This record gives sequence, structure tokens and C-alpha cells, in this order.
Amino acid sequence: MSPARRAVVLVALGLGVLAVAAFPWVAGNYPVKLLQEILIWGIFAMSLDLLMGYAGMVSFGHSAFFGIGGYVAALALKQSAGVVSALVLPALASGLAALVIGFFSIRVGGVYFIMLTLAFSQMFHAYTFQVAWLGAEDGLVGIPRPTVAGVSLATTRSFHLYLLVLAGLAALALWRIVRSPFGHVLRGIRENEARMEAVGYAVGRYKLLAFTVAGTLAGLAGALYAQFNGSITPDAFFWTTSGEALLMVIIGGVGTLGGAVLGAAAFILLQSLVSTYTERWMLILGLTFVGFVLFAPGGIVGALRGRLGLRA
Amino acid sequence: MAFAPDFFAQALNGLAYGVLLFLLSVGLTLIFGMLDVVNLAHGSFYMLGAYAGLTLIGATGSFWIALLLAPLLVGGIGALLERVCLRPLYGRPPLDQVLLTFGFIYLFEDLVKWIWGGRIRSIPPPDLFKGSVTLFGATIPSYRLFVIAFGLAVAVLLWLLIERTRLGAIIRAGVFDAEMTAGLGINIHRVFTAVFAFGAALGGLSGVIAGPIQSAYPAMGAGILIPALIVVVVGGLGSLKGSLAGSLIIGQAETFGKAWLPDSAMLIIYVVMALVVLLRPQGLFGRPLK
Repeated sequence: MSPARRAVVLVALGLGVLAVAAFPWVAGNYPVKLLQEILIWGIFAMSLDLLMGYAGMVSFGHSAFFGIGGYVAALALKQSAGVVSALVLPALASGLAALVIGFFSIRVGGVYFIMLTLAFSQMFHAYTFQVAWLGAEDGLVGIPRPTVAGVSLATTRSFHLYLLVLAGLAALALWRIVRSPFGHVLRGIRENEARMEAVGYAVGRYKLLAFTVAGTLAGLAGALYAQFNGSITPDAFFWTTSGEALLMVIIGGVGTLGGAVLGAAAFILLQSLVSTYTERWMLILGLTFVGFVLFAPGGIVGALRGRLGLRA
Repeated sequence: MAFAPDFFAQALNGLAYGVLLFLLSVGLTLIFGMLDVVNLAHGSFYMLGAYAGLTLIGATGSFWIALLLAPLLVGGIGALLERVCLRPLYGRPPLDQVLLTFGFIYLFEDLVKWIWGGRIRSIPPPDLFKGSVTLFGATIPSYRLFVIAFGLAVAVLLWLLIERTRLGAIIRAGVFDAEMTAGLGINIHRVFTAVFAFGAALGGLSGVIAGPIQSAYPAMGAGILIPALIVVVVGGLGSLKGSLAGSLIIGQAETFGKAWLPDSAMLIIYVVMALVVLLRPQGLFGRPLK
């Protein structure tokens, strides 16, 4: 990238962040809620894209970590409403779960990986749906928002800035990861796993690490989602949660972190638009899924690249 | 209740459930073996079968006509899906095909809600099997015995079809090497469509059969998909023998789990799956991975 172009990109990015940060001071309650949801789902979709788009590991059970993050945050915040409960414990718990599930799932490749991840996430759904200590079908409600560095996040504006900072940090971390040597190894594994193995990379360890990092970030998104809603239900684990994240990544463009956020934004705006007109949201969702897979496999970013002649 | 009759009743329940899983997973495994596609919409065919059965029983008053027609209908839907949506994707990465079938889960579930409504609809068993029989001191609904006999009969017919007929030989050749089979003058695309439709019809068949036991509701398709996937992971994807063995194992594990460890019953089939993946990643009867 030439210095001039780099400057343009940085200025545009800075202005974008400022606009998002200032949004609650200029917009009404409902649009702000939508934007906050986009930030949370953006983190979730980016974490899935690290697996799907860079490591070539397509997980249909990413909701497992989203849900674990949400439930752990809910339980911990009810004990003490600090940063440890809100962010550290959920991230640790979901990272650990990803390590264990990943250990089993990466033993097999391709379609087996898809089926195993899907099955494991449904296991959590079945469990939380049944046990009384997690509120069974109704989930956990009345989750307080934390107080960070003496500032209560109970107000919309403080919570908004907290979300923006965390989403920014997650994006930055992922951006650094995919450009690091580790990220390049992941891309190598996506392109030709056998060759990477032959060249001497411990492919299994790289895949497990990628799975764990993605699971940790998904858990963070789940924890934020629980704080955003003040409640968490077994639905967080359901296959539709994984499906929505998959669709966001596909709409945006697989293998582009910015695309994942764009996809999350498109998805949530579409959902709020469609649900005011019709109850048939799942039908629209299915059609969008099928339509993008058939006609626009590159997603929004792919289409833009084709039109504007941008480089990959 | 005495131990032995109770044990016997549970084992028969598990067998009935296992046979249902077999009818479903065998279609999944056939489609995968032939087309290399994991059809995540397979549970939807099961659901469509149950609802088609419900309507056909209402229209004709006969369970048996529904049992014959509903699978044909679902098979037709499967053929259409393969011909229109899956075929353009064969040149693309296999992921796209899985994602496509995933999208169809949403589509079919909402369509069913639209047409039949969201509530649970019970389906009566055929008059012939309305009662129950006493076997070894245990009371068994006679419909369960019919399900077991019917499922095992289908298993035998399938085995004969695949091992003993010309069509079966073509299917086995296609599973082994589709390109080579096409090179021998077989219209492989037509075989693909036929196998997909056949698998879908088997899914529909299992839905009609399951109707009187489990009723019909929109989430039933996504719900049965997970046990069916676990069956093919345990048995080995692409293997008929594996599909049968996996179904019977998972059927028993689930049923006995519910009876003996009600608190952690839903975890048992996952434990079985994890053990198999750990000790034999390709499944009991699967071809070695890589």
C-alpha cells in the first residue's frame, strides 16, 4: 500500500470509529441497540472467520463457546460485578472448553469436523435446556452489568463505549494474528495441510491453537451478549446461533475480518427490517443462505473487489 | 416393576429407536458415499415425511397409503433440490454444498410452520397396531414391534438392492470412483439425482414411521439430525454396515441412559461418540481417514 493510500485508509478508519463512538449521543435508543448488537455479533463472526477463512476449519458448533461465555458471565456477575466476572472468567472458561472440544474435533478433518462441532454444541444446548441450576428452558435472568474502573456500565452510553473498545481490541488482535507468522501457517494449512505437515509444521498444534483462540473470542462475545440483554438462554447454544454466525461470515465474505463485521451489520439490519413486515424471518434467512452460496460465494467483500478492482 | 421385564421393554424401545435412526442415517450415508455431500437438511426430509404423512392420513384415512406416498413426495423434493441447487456446486469446494443444505434447514422448518402451524400434531398409529401385546411379562405397544420388523425388512431389502442388483453395482462403483464410473458409460449425474432422491425418500419414510411415536412438530427435523450425525460418526460415514451398527448402539445408549441415568441421559450418546473418535476416528466400519 502506498503511503498516501495508507493515510487515506487510516483517516477513514479513525472517522468511522469516531462516528460509532458518538452514535449514542446523536441517535435514539433503538438504533443504538442495533449498533451494539452489531458490535457483539461482529466479534463473534470475526472469531469464526479466523477458523473458517484463515485456517480452513469450518465449525458448525461455534455457538458452544458463545453460550459458555454467556453462562459463565451470568453466574460470575451475580456474585461480583467486576471485570474479572464480566470478561476474564468467561474468556478463560470458553478457551478451556475450546481446547477440550478442539482436541477431539481436530483429530478428524472435513465433514467429520463439521459433524463433531455441531454435535458438541447441541450437547451443551441439551444440557442447559434440562438442568435446573442453570434455569433450564428459561435460562438465567437479572444479570447485572459490571463496574469497570469505578464506572458503572448500567447506562447505555458507558456500555456503548465499553463495547466499542472491546470490539476494537478484538479486531486489532485478530488483525495482528492473521498477519503474523502463525496466521500464515494457518493459511498454509488451509491451502494444503499435507504439504505443511511434510514441511515440518506440527499441523495439529496450530489447528488446536487457532480453535482455542477463536473459542476464547467467541466466549467474550457471548459474555458481552449476556450483559447486553441482562439474560442468557439455552438458545445461545442452539444450532441456529452457529448458523447465524456462519451466514454473517458468508454474507460479508469468507477470509476477510472486515467482511465478518460487515456481514454482522447486514444481517442485523436485515433482521430488524424484515421482522417489522413479516413473521417469516427464518424463511428469509434460509433464502439468503442459499442465495449467497449459489450466486455470491465471495460475499459483499468479494463482490466489491470484483467491481472496484481492489486487490485481495 | 420387575427387573427382567423392564429390561426387556427398554431393550425393545431402544431397538425401535435404533431402527428409526437406521432408516434416517442410511440415507445420509448413501448420499455422502455417492455425492460426497453431508446433507444437513436430512432431518428436514424426516420432518417433511412426518407432515406429509399427517396430511395424507387425513386425506385418505389410511396409514398405509400415506406410508407409500409420503416417501415418494419427499423423494421428489429431494430430486428437485439436487437437480436445481446442488448440481451447480459440484465443481466448487465441498463446504459450499454443506452450507447450502444447512440453509435448507431454515427454509423447510419455516415452510412447515407456515403450512401446518407451529404446534405439535399427533399422528394415530394404523388400526392394525393400535393395541399392545405382553411379551415376557412386559407390555409393549404393538406399533413398536411393527417398526422394528419393518425397519429390519427395509435393511434386508437395501442390502439385496445394493449387493445383488445391477443398480446396486452402479451405486457401489459410483461410491468407489464416480469419475471412472462415468467413463464406463454410466450417466453419473442421473445416478447422483437418483441416489439423493432415494436417500431423501428414506428420510421421509422414517418420518412417517416415527409419526405415531414422536408426533409431528417443526423442530423435529433439526432435533433428529444430531443423533443421526452421531450414528454416522460412530458407524463410519459411507458404510451401510456402520449405519446399522451405529444406529443400534446409539438407540440402546439413548434409551438405557434415559432409564438408568435420567440426569445425564443426554450426555451418554456424546460420550459414546467421543470414545469412538478417540479410539477409531474413522468410525467402526469406516474407511481409514486420509
